[in-house]
Amino acid sequence: MPKDLVSIKDISKEETEALIDTALSFKAVLRRDIKKVPALRGKTVVNLFFEPSTRTKTSFELAEKRLSLDVINFAVSSSSVVKGESLLDTVRTIESYGIDYLVIRHPSSGVPHFIAKQTHASVVNAGDGINEHPTQALLDAVTMKERKGGVKGLEVAIVGDILHSRVARSNVDCLMKLGASVRLVGPPTLIPLNPPAGVKVYYDMDDGIRGADVVMMLRIQLERQGKSFFPSTKEFFKYWGLSAERLVLADKDALVMHPGPMNRGIEIASDVADCPQSVILEQVTNGIAVRMAVIYMLQ
Amino acid sequence: MMMDKRTHIRNGRIIDPAQGMDGYGDLIVEDGLIAEVCIKGAETPRKKQSASAANPGGERIIDARGMLVIPGLVDMHTHLREPGFEYKETIKTGTMAGIRGGFTSLCPMPNTNPVNDNPTVAAFVIKKAMAEGYCSVFPIGAITKGQHGQELAEMGLMQEIGCVAYSDDGRPVMNALVMRRALEYTKAFTFPLIAHCEDLSLSDDGVMNEGHISTHLGLKGVPAAAEEVMISRDIMLAKVTGGKLHIAHVSTRGSVELIRRAKSEGISITAETCPHYFSITERAVLGFDTNAKVNPPLRTDDDVAAIKEGLKDGTIDVIATDHAPHHADEKILEFDRAPSGISGLETALALSLTLVTEGVLTINQLLEKMALNPSRILGIERGTLKTAAVADVVIIDVEKEFIVNPDTFASKGKNTPFRGWTLKGVPSVVISKGRIYDNVEWKGANG
Repeated sequence: MPKDLVSIKDISKEETEALIDTALSFKAVLRRDIKKVPALRGKTVVNLFFEPSTRTKTSFELAEKRLSLDVINFAVSSSSVVKGESLLDTVRTIESYGIDYLVIRHPSSGVPHFIAKQTHASVVNAGDGINEHPTQALLDAVTMKERKGGVKGLEVAIVGDILHSRVARSNVDCLMKLGASVRLVGPPTLIPLNPPAGVKVYYDMDDGIRGADVVMMLRIQLERQGKSFFPSTKEFFKYWGLSAERLVLADKDALVMHPGPMNRGIEIASDVADCPQSVILEQVTNGIAVRMAVIYMLQ
Repeated sequence: MMMDKRTHIRNGRIIDPAQGMDGYGDLIVEDGLIAEVCIKGAETPRKKQSASAANPGGERIIDARGMLVIPGLVDMHTHLREPGFEYKETIKTGTMAGIRGGFTSLCPMPNTNPVNDNPTVAAFVIKKAMAEGYCSVFPIGAITKGQHGQELAEMGLMQEIGCVAYSDDGRPVMNALVMRRALEYTKAFTFPLIAHCEDLSLSDDGVMNEGHISTHLGLKGVPAAAEEVMISRDIMLAKVTGGKLHIAHVSTRGSVELIRRAKSEGISITAETCPHYFSITERAVLGFDTNAKVNPPLRTDDDVAAIKEGLKDGTIDVIATDHAPHHADEKILEFDRAPSGISGLETALALSLTLVTEGVLTINQLLEKMALNPSRILGIERGTLKTAAVADVVIIDVEKEFIVNPDTFASKGKNTPFRGWTLKGVPSVVISKGRIYDNVEWKGANG
């Protein structure tokens, strides 16, 4: 296993599978009465979040505490960054605290890559710009494996704002590595003009989810409205929203997934979000196990 | 640096496309001018002797056997950063970098602070260059006040001071009517407008070429169309106005084709590209290397091929550097936040010489694009070895290899994606306005 997890592209199929298996064993730990393991006692992690995040940050923090790490949250709003300190100086300062792990979220693509080159600590990418969110892809794979017995051979439709989605970027690579077929579905304005090799692109959602084993909905960022990506949320929902009527086109046992936070009624109908096929809350639970596995396994 | 009354460059291969000259012979520099060029024919065998020596009569003799003796190169697209950004570059360090790269004339773009949009700033640049510059400096003024794209700058009055062209480089004139008026206005004068062609609404804060690599890296892409749409507009405006238009840093196949078609229709335009657009592609950005962040962005293999075709068939008239030095602290940043630009003066000649090695251009054609054509476009009396011309002469050791090491650049800007490249072709001796600089003896910025 490498020193860092900055990109899902950096880890092999075997390493990905090992992370998934480790996550599943940590999940068993999380079902116990005492959920904490002493695995990384005496080690220190800093959560360096340059972007607002509640879910991912909470999930990482919980995972770190379950591993008995000492956890420091470096909140950017109260840090020197707002005083004009450069990213490099911030990282050097934090490294001087003598830390072992750095979990980073940043609005600019490539920042975890940049930081990983500058520090001896292990760097975990918790989302960089529109580039990657590797632990999300891993937790999605864990969820599919648990529910479907494996990822290989699955038809996975990822639907919505692909262009700006780090979740989609990491998932495409992770799923294809594990042997799934990936379809990207959405309005042409929100799908890259040069999609990753090997995926199938659908502008028609009915075609895109027909027979799919997994329908993964992405969050429509409401700030995209008024930027001419699509005319209105109403029109978006009509063509690319997941309604109960549309879901029947997918395989009858298809999983409905969403990385959260959801916009009910915009990309996903409320009843679909809560239907038996929805595994959205399991994804959240699996996130903790996956983040434990990643931090535990990094060299 | 030294100034001898008379310098005798012997037995070099003298190439001057302006005179159709290419042969072995001698060139004599006297009182800062070219006194005499004498072609003898065949190369004389190399004798063991010192390369450069002063004889008792005060005449300096430079043995140029095995070397090329060429006109000093003219860079019509440079950023010298002064006034305002002296931490990135100064006129002194930038012109020193020019000398190191074989350039004896540099044309600094106006995006300084304050912007060179009025005669006072133009006069400052020229005075500073006279006092501290190592080579000639011909400033380029702004087309519009403050480069805001709204009101015309005093292009006529700046010309009186010495500006040779006008450009809002880096901040394209987005308003087509303003660009039309600017092009029309130039018809009362002789200077060209240099257009940085980028439709800002299409590039939309993108940071690299839009394509498979931008998808792969999750970086926001700039489509080729952002450049091509604007080139199309400016070609149409040049056609309708008859104004003199030069298109800066062409980077895409579509742009080359648009310019080729416009020229075939008789529209009066010229165009330039830069060494990085025919030497590397968007793949240089992999790993989020901010030294490969440049505007327009590095493109694809197909674009590189088209740029070479455009150079070969004359669609592209000029190779300029777009030398854009930045401080190291500005490049070691988030990719989105790092400024665009490559420190190019000290690698441009060697990178361009690879075009000769590859058979894209003859050495004569290369010198047209790096010395003669820019001089003609700008209307400056440079880029030639004619008798009585200003003595801007470069002696190139075309076989000499070197490894690109920005730490030894004379430029303050160490930002280059070519670090570690082995290149061939060193301007061993550079004569600027009669002053002789020995680059081989030169020991780097602190030497």
